[in-house]
Amino acid sequence: METKSNNFEPRIVGFLCNWCSYTGADLAGTSRMKSAPNLRIVRLMCSGRVDPSFILRAFQLGADGVLVGGCHPGDCHYQEGNFKALRRVLMLKRILRQFGIDDRRLRLEWISAAEGEKFAKVSTEFTEEVRALGPLRLETGVLAQSRAEELATQEVAA
Amino acid sequence: MSKPKLALYWAASCGGCEVAVLDVAEKILDVAGFFDIVFWPCAMDFKYKDVEAMPDSSIDLCLFNGAIRNSENEALAHLLRRKAKVLVAFGSCAMDGCIPGLANLTTREEILETAYQQTPSTLNPDRVRPLTQFTAPEGELDIPKFYESVRTLAQVVPVEYFIPGCPPQPPQILNVMSAIMQGAALPPPGSVIGAGDKTCCEECGRPRKEKHLKRLYRVWEIEPKAEECLLDQGVICMGPATRSGCGALCVKANMPCRGCYGAAPNVTDQGAKMISALSSVIDLQEPAEINSVLDQIADPAGTFYRFSVPNSMLHRKQPSA
Repeated sequence: METKSNNFEPRIVGFLCNWCSYTGADLAGTSRMKSAPNLRIVRLMCSGRVDPSFILRAFQLGADGVLVGGCHPGDCHYQEGNFKALRRVLMLKRILRQFGIDDRRLRLEWISAAEGEKFAKVSTEFTEEVRALGPLRLETGVLAQSRAEELATQEVAA
Repeated sequence: MSKPKLALYWAASCGGCEVAVLDVAEKILDVAGFFDIVFWPCAMDFKYKDVEAMPDSSIDLCLFNGAIRNSENEALAHLLRRKAKVLVAFGSCAMDGCIPGLANLTTREEILETAYQQTPSTLNPDRVRPLTQFTAPEGELDIPKFYESVRTLAQVVPVEYFIPGCPPQPPQILNVMSAIMQGAALPPPGSVIGAGDKTCCEECGRPRKEKHLKRLYRVWEIEPKAEECLLDQGVICMGPATRSGCGALCVKANMPCRGCYGAAPNVTDQGAKMISALSSVIDLQEPAEINSVLDQIADPAGTFYRFSVPNSMLHRKQPSA
């Protein structure tokens, strides 16, 4: 992937709940609404199923942004899974900041099954926001850097 | 028949693991009688060149404690990997990065700036910094290079087994040593040994209730009741995300688990698991209210990843773009 932001296509992973957000995305599709194609959707039964490690794994494997989509407050099919998602995302954002990752790369949205338009808008808007932030590059990341540093040291010693 | 050969080494560590080995008390004599100790810089006089002179794979068991922080740690990790048949990441530093690994939340430059410039007792107008090579009147001096990141042993060389803990508890060390001395079959490579296969909560014994937290306490803000789950009382206890094996020592002293036995079995990222658990039991729904509770966690990364930053999925703070 190119470094220059004009050639950079963000890779975004979306964890969407089965009952609202995924259905909203489906509605956007069947209604032929235009939205950015950068979002790769993973359907889960509930946004409360999104373990923080799923989000970190997405970043680790090359995602530049992660979207978590759930039902509006009060609408959760499982009563309060979406509130768990809310608390996890708020907490994880603090962790991301401490690890030097812009917390705008993680976004939580409430999208109902009727809100195809909102889904299209969010996915386009988020893609542009992440595009402006640039690539995250976690996958080529820091362990590779440590290794390079180690090799450089060995060369000096040799 | 010659005795099996044992090596112990410390890399970036505090020495607590070495003390833990000696804390098996008089049983250490059995260990010393069974094994031929060929390398143990903390306790006996050996030189690196002695190890270099040994044939490859001639050490039967090497217990390696400490993280990989500088080029000396790294060189010894490679050397002992070559010389040892079975290499064990011994203790939290070697396994997960532990307290030295918290340095991954900052940078090499910030660390050197603090240590050589900003500390109140330091006077260093010429901004002298450590050099890796220096010519003294007596000759050329080499000191190890201080790396940007702290790594676990397994991030540098392949490792057969992991013994968690800060430090590993002496009864667990003894279990492992006795099993080896009795010739028990070794578990599959990659196994965590000398620990339990559940979470710390299993060993705690305090009754657990449905949790509805509205605020959190730091340990000095509350005197927790001894017979109630600490997390129920709003004290962040890492028990739910941490592997069992220590016997819930901290909790028995009415202090929360800090997580030194590393991620619970089948958990890849200890901090993420704790975030998941804690988020589930905070009983608030408004973002502003939730954030005001989260503000009560002074250092989230340092709390949830106190012992595991280098071994976490994010590994370290990202360099600023």
